[in-house]
Amino acid sequence: MKVLKTSRRAFATAAVSVAVMAMTACGSGSNDASPGESSAPSDLAEGGSTTLTMWVDAERAPALEEIAASFKEDTGIQVDLAVKDFAAVRDDFITQVPTGNGPDLIVGPHDWIGTFIENGVVAPIELGDKAAEFQESAIQAMSYNGNLYGVPYAVENIALLRNTDLVGEPAATFAEVIENGQAVVEAGDAEFPFLVGLDPKQADPYHMYPFQTSMGVPVFAQNDDGSYDPTKLLLGEPNGVEFAKKLVEWGDSGMGILNSNITGDIAKEKFIAGESPYFLTGPWNVPAAQEAGINLAIDPLPTVGDQPAQPFIGVNGFFISSQSSNALAANEFAVNYLTTEAAQDALFSVGGRPPALTASFEKAASDPIVAAFGEIGANGVPMPAVPEMQAVWADWGATELALIKGTVEPEEAWTTMVANIEQKIAAG
Amino acid sequence: MRTTEPPRTLPPKRSRTRYPTDSIGGLLAKIILLGIVDAFAVYVLIVLFMQEKWAVLLLAAAVTLLINWIYLRRGGLPAKYLAPGIFFLLVFQVFVMIFSGYVAFTNYGDGHNSTKEDAVNAIQLSAQQRVPDSPAYRISIVEQDGEFSFLTTNPDGDVSIGTTGDPLEEVSDAATDSTGKATELEGYRTLQFDEVLANQAEILEVTVPFSDDPDDGTLKTSDGSTAYVYSPTLVYDEAADTFTNTQTGIVYTDSGDGTFVSEDGEELGTGWKIDVGFANFVKAFTDENIRGPLVQVTLWTFTFALVSVLSTFALGLFLANAFNLPNLRGKRIYRILMILPYAFPAFLAGLVWSGLLNPEFGYVNNTFFGGADIPWLTDPLLAKVSVLVVNLWLGFPYMFLVCTGALQSLPEDVNEAARMDGASPWKLFTTIKLPLLLVSVAPLLIASFAFNFNNFNVIYMLTDGGPRLPETTANVGATDILITMVYEIAFGSGVGRDYGLASALSIIIFFIVAAISIISFRQTKALEEIH
Repeated sequence: MKVLKTSRRAFATAAVSVAVMAMTACGSGSNDASPGESSAPSDLAEGGSTTLTMWVDAERAPALEEIAASFKEDTGIQVDLAVKDFAAVRDDFITQVPTGNGPDLIVGPHDWIGTFIENGVVAPIELGDKAAEFQESAIQAMSYNGNLYGVPYAVENIALLRNTDLVGEPAATFAEVIENGQAVVEAGDAEFPFLVGLDPKQADPYHMYPFQTSMGVPVFAQNDDGSYDPTKLLLGEPNGVEFAKKLVEWGDSGMGILNSNITGDIAKEKFIAGESPYFLTGPWNVPAAQEAGINLAIDPLPTVGDQPAQPFIGVNGFFISSQSSNALAANEFAVNYLTTEAAQDALFSVGGRPPALTASFEKAASDPIVAAFGEIGANGVPMPAVPEMQAVWADWGATELALIKGTVEPEEAWTTMVANIEQKIAAG
Repeated sequence: MRTTEPPRTLPPKRSRTRYPTDSIGGLLAKIILLGIVDAFAVYVLIVLFMQEKWAVLLLAAAVTLLINWIYLRRGGLPAKYLAPGIFFLLVFQVFVMIFSGYVAFTNYGDGHNSTKEDAVNAIQLSAQQRVPDSPAYRISIVEQDGEFSFLTTNPDGDVSIGTTGDPLEEVSDAATDSTGKATELEGYRTLQFDEVLANQAEILEVTVPFSDDPDDGTLKTSDGSTAYVYSPTLVYDEAADTFTNTQTGIVYTDSGDGTFVSEDGEELGTGWKIDVGFANFVKAFTDENIRGPLVQVTLWTFTFALVSVLSTFALGLFLANAFNLPNLRGKRIYRILMILPYAFPAFLAGLVWSGLLNPEFGYVNNTFFGGADIPWLTDPLLAKVSVLVVNLWLGFPYMFLVCTGALQSLPEDVNEAARMDGASPWKLFTTIKLPLLLVSVAPLLIASFAFNFNNFNVIYMLTDGGPRLPETTANVGATDILITMVYEIAFGSGVGRDYGLASALSIIIFFIVAAISIISFRQTKALEEIH
């Protein structure tokens, strides 16, 4: 096999160089490698190993350009940053890698890992002692079946944004949040007691998750090492129905705290217009609120039950294709360059997402907002990366939406949902 | 309608006529264009050669020869005109259809993404796990007689050397650099970084046994400068084609459906693509989740397509008639305004409308209904109405354009004659204009039906199929048409995407649409024969 490949490659190189020579009518033979010396440099060009391709989105590309430039300076390897539209990039990666047209590296959130492994398109990465320099939750999120599959660079999670002009003090429980919010509304200072963006088609289980965990209803059971066990769906915990009842109570037909007509965009718009004291959202909406002149405080997530309100944390990082023909170079770049403080600082400066490297995070945490988000994230749980999670989202969202709208009976709806998801996981 | 054919002049007798010689410019253009095509073809052939795609390589070579033959020979003018069109038809239509036909008979999808060889490699990669708490070893890659060895430096400074099959052995005479890392050894040549890169495939495959006891694991490197002790959790036995778990001893064998499965049914994570025959088609008709809502969705698909065609045609025709009045002023501006929705990308329009129809904050409710809370997109019946109205908004400009063109080409004398006979405008329209119009427009209506039958954009962007049907466990909603349901089932929910099933379902839809089109075109022919 290998011999064949090499000879084919040699043939191809020969064919191309013949063509090039014919075209330029130049046969000066200046490329002749002096005999006796190692043939490495020409091999390098021949194998195409001087170039790595990485799929990134437009936002992160500028930060990576600098790192790529210093990598090229040190090693002579060019990193091509192919800017892709990120809506379909995960699927593209899965379908392109086996054809040999995929990139060597890709940037993405950690919950892609399960599907990547199912399709055999990512290779494990060994960070060695460097792993200890990262936040534990980030490493945990990037691990799967005992291997690390990505170099993490950012950790993100939601928090409760508070307009300090409307409510002065943080609240510990969601009941207090509602009470404070309603007081502000009654005083005529705001229109909404509390805002969270909900998709009118799917609701948003991601944003609702801290309330759910606070009532002791996680999605899947976690093993000792923090990984998820997809065979143990815990949505059916007894308190699940209690949570469903809460959704109805807070929803359209109850107190109207959760409003299924308020999309993410509308929620953001109303909050930056000062129409609500609270907004449950992630760091991505902070810049807009600051620009609008809102005096912000980042509060810990309020509890509903007797357990801590744990949000999902999403970890962004770099993955290496299992079929990269430049695996060694890709590893060198990922393990020794993307893990540096400079790299992680640069990525923080463009994305604003708290860095995964502890040293970079500590620098970034001089900003109290980053620090506050980080503190809440330290208490969170990684979004499950298991492929089974895909079977959960749709039913979970649709049921929460129906509950918020008050069109279904909580006990029945929640039990049916759990049964449906179990059935789907079993069928997959 | 057909006039008598013009008398045909006899074609000149075919003889060995001399073809007109090309002008210099023409010849030059031919050489340059054909040169570009051939250069590209050569590039494609080289790429295919390297990827071992022999069948495609042969095909591409044959096509290249054929193209050259067509354009280099004298005569054969029709072929010269038709060749590019046929070429693109084959590439972009026929190939795509054949390929999705092929996919329908495989289990291609998440977890069955590539060949068995790839899957075995991927499983082996993932099965390599670092021995817990084992230290990192700094290494230099050294070469002797073309074989690569690791010159390793232990954390405590001891230096050893080893290669695949040759366990680590301590050496004492290695030269070290300032950090204490061994860099050179007598009799070996140390590789520079660019050489390491040039030989990366071989170096990544080097596995140095840590000791004579295989249970101690092997040293492997992934970056050429650090090595770790790994021991695989799964071992592949090539002869038996099985994976064995080194800890539990469980054996995973090829199950025949593209995965390795243990005796008690546990699957290894990564599978591969295999041919499954008609399994996808059988599943399409037997799977409860698909069959259950299928009747309702099919009925709604027909309703949606039919009502969309009729409503857009009716509105388009009415407006075309109105703006065709001879004494109307400012016709042009009206016409431009009319076709504006047509210039708007349909999927964007879907999103915008979904915002406009928000019950509480949407423009429609707030402006036209005085802030009433009308659940346009979340009530099953209203959602259907909304979808139809938005599709009317999107679709009528096309019909308007078509009808305007057709109306203007109607012979004026027939109208006049009818008017002389005292026909009312309505009578004139229904008995003369409309039938004449239908002859030329009917095929477009059928095409429009076929288009709306698969009008994914509007449904997906506006309601995403919702609101969800309560009686099924599948993610199927009240406004889902067949194509969005296929998308939902094959790509949306459940565990992973299933391209095979999706292809099978779209082939079934293709047959439905084809059958309808054939029947309708027959009917249209009958329409033509009236005249």
